[in-house]
Amino acid sequence: MSEVLAAKVELDEEGFLKNPDDWSEELAAELAKEVGIDELTDLHWKVIHFMRSEFKDRGQAPTIRRIKNSGGVPIKEVYRLFPDGPAKKAARIAGLHKPQGCV
Amino acid sequence: MKKLLILGGGTAGTMMVNKLAPVLDKKDWQITIVDQHETHYYQPGFLFIPFGIYAKHDVIKPRRDFFPSGVDVVISAIDEIQPAKNQVKLQGGKLLPYDYLIIATGSDVHPEETEGMKNGGWHKNIFDFYTVDGAVALANHLKYWQGGKMVINIAEMPIKCPVAPLEFAFLADWWFTEQGLRDKVEIEYVTPLPGAFTKPIAAKFLGQFLEKKNIQLTPEFSIGSVDSGNNKIVSWDEKEISYDLLVTIPTNMGSEVIERSGLGDDLNFIPTDPGTLRSKDHENIFVIGDATDLPSSKAGSVAHFEAEILFENFMRVVDGRNTLAKFDGHANCFIESGFGKGILIDFNYDVEPLPGKFPLPGVGPFSLLQETKMNHWGKMMFRWVYWNLLLKGSELPVDAQMMMAGKRRSEYAS
Repeated sequence: MSEVLAAKVELDEEGFLKNPDDWSEELAAELAKEVGIDELTDLHWKVIHFMRSEFKDRGQAPTIRRIKNSGGVPIKEVYRLFPDGPAKKAARIAGLHKPQGCV
Repeated sequence: MKKLLILGGGTAGTMMVNKLAPVLDKKDWQITIVDQHETHYYQPGFLFIPFGIYAKHDVIKPRRDFFPSGVDVVISAIDEIQPAKNQVKLQGGKLLPYDYLIIATGSDVHPEETEGMKNGGWHKNIFDFYTVDGAVALANHLKYWQGGKMVINIAEMPIKCPVAPLEFAFLADWWFTEQGLRDKVEIEYVTPLPGAFTKPIAAKFLGQFLEKKNIQLTPEFSIGSVDSGNNKIVSWDEKEISYDLLVTIPTNMGSEVIERSGLGDDLNFIPTDPGTLRSKDHENIFVIGDATDLPSSKAGSVAHFEAEILFENFMRVVDGRNTLAKFDGHANCFIESGFGKGILIDFNYDVEPLPGKFPLPGVGPFSLLQETKMNHWGKMMFRWVYWNLLLKGSELPVDAQMMMAGKRRSEYAS
């Protein structure tokens, strides 16, 4: 974890914001770099903002299926934007808690 | 006359009608249960069909054998639930009004949700075992299979009985060994999860089991499509895995009635209070079993524990009391591990499966997160328990809420 980031906000052991209210777009760009995304494009932002509004309305991060159905971004695109575990990665950049695992 | 309507005559709906019918006074209550099919399936038995351990007739009985007298049984598809009008519209237009509604419409597999799954290879070298037809077709295929690469793939979570794909892998290893074919069969277990199972301690333990049985584990693979012309599954991020025989656990979704009624989430599961089992949106609607959106397993044992809590809450509501948030997500699953042995796990929303002992008066204890012959017999005995006790709503000597007695936290702790 970068020291700059650590000094600003509290993160849990997996790098998720402890308090979603600490989030800002500037912070998102830094969180993105942490997971290997150097530049956030318009489509990245579309997903990130959708995730935040869903979290605000429903109290949990949306599933990839919901990002497709309600957020309007095809699943394949979501995987291209946030490679290797998009649900977790996008939630982390959007400043949300780690998505609930299902059993 | 008050009207209680139960939608779905599967495990959960049947248990609820059997618990409520004897205690709701017939002078005051009219109870109706609706299902579209006459046949009740013992779904835990599907797993054994591909290996010839059970046949179709071992897992089916008429639903009506399990409904109590004095209850109106309606065999019909449901068109729409209309909560604003407190009524349910059946296919064909008949209306069933209710004062209280219990939704137990379950979940089903949807192979068509994955692009290409139902193209050329379906029931030729691609099978599911979550339907009786799929399990029987797979049995016929395996009977004459000469070996090759078998890929077991979970399309997406959540799925019913999340341990069943692992059990299938373990049983396949055993069965191919018995057939003298094991050295001609490569088994690969491909899952979207980060490991063999969802919860870390069990994932580690079961992961070691896969390794021991020479089953390759490929985690974090989210299937995007099937290329059945080239016998390959392709992930959303374009990783490819080839197969000779694909055993798929397709996307699981709640009933289409839920979608038509606008009551569900993106997978048609109904937002449900995790403690009380009341619908989050409608005071006089309760939800049980696979139909809920709860972060518990979709399994018969869970439906059974839910039924006890829901029964209590329903009676409280009828008596003008508040509901109690008593459901803790309790699940209790025997995992068949092959060669006449089994593993037992017991867990809830907060406590993951732990090793130790599971006390059971008169029979047990069973061993938790350990492979024993006793656990295998527990699993095989369960079919009798299901038909004769569980569906009829009888008390079983297992508490609805999970107990810590016998469980140990130390081993496998990371």
